[in-house]
Amino acid sequence: MDFLQTLKIALRALRTNKMRSFLTMLGIIIGIAAVIAMMAVGSGASYVISQQIASIGSNIILVLPGSTTSGGLRMGSGGSQTLTSDDARAIMAECPSVLRASGTTRTTSQVVYGNMNWSTVIMGATPELFDIREWPVVSGRSIGQQDVDGAAKVCLLGQTVVDNLFNGEDPIGKIVRIKKIPFTVVGVLESKGQSPQGTDQDDSVFVPLRTAQVKLSRSPFPNSVGAIMVQAGSEALLTKAEEEVNSLLKQRHRITGGKEPDFTTRNLSEILAVAEQSSKAMSLLLGAVASISLIVGGIGIMNIMLVSVTERTREIGIRMAIGARTKDILWQFLTEAVLLTMLGGIIGIILGTAGATVVSRILEWPTLISVQSITVAFLFSGAVGIFFGFYPARKAAGLNPIDALRYE
Amino acid sequence: MGDVISLSGIRRVFIMGDQQFEALRGISFGVTTGEFVAIMGASGSGKSTCMNILGCLDRPTAGQYLLDGIDVGGMDADQLAAIRNRKLGFVFQGFNLLARTPAVENVELPLVYAGLSSRKRREMALAALEQVGLSGKEFNHSSQLSGGQQQRVAIARALVNSPAVILADEPTGNLDSATTAEIMSLFTSLNKQGITVIMVTHEQDVAAYAGRRITFKDGQIIADSRD
Ligand SMILES: Nc1ncnc2c1ncn2[C@@H]1O[C@H](COP(=O)(O)OP(=O)(O)OP(=O)(O)O)[C@@H](O)[C@H]1O
Ligand SMILES: [Mg+2]
Repeated sequence: MDFLQTLKIALRALRTNKMRSFLTMLGIIIGIAAVIAMMAVGSGASYVISQQIASIGSNIILVLPGSTTSGGLRMGSGGSQTLTSDDARAIMAECPSVLRASGTTRTTSQVVYGNMNWSTVIMGATPELFDIREWPVVSGRSIGQQDVDGAAKVCLLGQTVVDNLFNGEDPIGKIVRIKKIPFTVVGVLESKGQSPQGTDQDDSVFVPLRTAQVKLSRSPFPNSVGAIMVQAGSEALLTKAEEEVNSLLKQRHRITGGKEPDFTTRNLSEILAVAEQSSKAMSLLLGAVASISLIVGGIGIMNIMLVSVTERTREIGIRMAIGARTKDILWQFLTEAVLLTMLGGIIGIILGTAGATVVSRILEWPTLISVQSITVAFLFSGAVGIFFGFYPARKAAGLNPIDALRYE
Repeated sequence: MGDVISLSGIRRVFIMGDQQFEALRGISFGVTTGEFVAIMGASGSGKSTCMNILGCLDRPTAGQYLLDGIDVGGMDADQLAAIRNRKLGFVFQGFNLLARTPAVENVELPLVYAGLSSRKRREMALAALEQVGLSGKEFNHSSQLSGGQQQRVAIARALVNSPAVILADEPTGNLDSATTAEIMSLFTSLNKQGITVIMVTHEQDVAAYAGRRITFKDGQIIADSRD
């Protein structure tokens, strides 16, 4: 019997019980739609994370004041005043694997322009920071060494700050007030989007480090920095650079023997690799849930196919009496099951794609639908049909023609 | 040569649990090409059991069955399916047409399993339907046909692959006397064209259409008469 005829018979059988066919397919539809949507959202998440990793800059080590607990949490965050601008300079000068280092301070404050004001993060930084983070200005100029040395009252604005203070006005050369001190805006930074922690990196203002230390901070230690950002010469040098920074700072801070260091180094790419891994684990988990729903759908198919074989026992008998061979009957029912699951698969792919698109619109979260995931989903739905359709089909093919003909 | 069907010493024992029942107890007869045979006998005498064996739907417990000179005893299920497809045509008491399927597709069914192209199938099926006088009803579903018309579709299906023998188990059992007469004259005319027909019936006047009557009783032949 030719394939076209088999397909025609299977289609007719599915059409006779439209509602039942659809309900049977539903399990597969939901399963495949879930798989497609999960894969899309999951690979979207990986994409976002890798973008964020790139947005931080490459090969970065963060040095923070205070020591770590065994759980890896930093104690007394910001409370210690142990890191200084001199530490940052020394790291850059003395650690051979280090390319650049920049001390930074961080505080939050209102920024006022005319009658507009906006609460944001004020970062103190040296010019190296913008190289480390690969963060250029889109207009005006960046902060220079002379600004730091002279504690100049100049600032760079992040895009979000510009949007909230300047109503389409060009901010370059304008005066904004931070803690009542007037600062001249010399540049606007390129937009960077969200950080891996989910904060808006463009919602910040940068001032020269020295300015932040002496004009904005009321700290009794004007030389202290909140963190030092270090960039290793290359990815291969990352671990070496971290070791060098550690031993240099221990030496500078006179930490000997088993004494707990008063600073912590963290390798940012490692942290983000962990984040990426957990997002992969998450999509794997969701994939597992989707697979379970596919298996449940498959069992539904098997159940209905068994009912269908029983209902059509007489038809099977007629076909056998007329000359259908065992394999003709086997193929007929297998085709029917595979047709059910593949139709379900196609509908599922369409729904899953639509669902992922809606999710990405509403949550503004990128979703990636790959040809590969669609192909896998389609083939998988077919495989479910073969797997769960085989037993009922074999049952039909194994019927005795006389018994089947007599069946009421 | 000569005999299209030759049965010798056919026995059929049904085993139900620890009970045994011998439905056929040594049946032997031959049928020559072009004969019209009626098989008669009381209910439970083994007529249908014998027809199932003749139709290669069932296997005898003992004895030999030659169809067209070939021993079908040693054949496997698929070979028997091929024999049913090429050499035999079935007509049942209950018509046994596929529901929700147009008449012409019912008639095409044996040709589908014979592997013919769809054009050839359609051509032959339409010719067979014309032969049984059903032109104009080709695309009606079986539920849209009368009992007599349904049996004509079944007969068209039985003869479409030009079988050596048409086997009919009580073909008129579900029909009224007028329709019975129509169906019987159809069988007679097919037989006149050279097709061998073996038919089971309970009714004397139906059996009268046949040229030979074999009577069963308790799994044995008690009478075999020709006109
Ligand atoms: N599959 C079976 N299992 C057990 N016994 C069977 C089976 N098929 C038939 N029989 C028995 O064999 C005997 C002959 O049955 P068969 O159907 O051949 O009778 P029949 O002559 O066709 O009767 P009727 O005229 O009523 O159709 C009956 O007693 C029946 O009970
Ligand atoms: Mg009977």
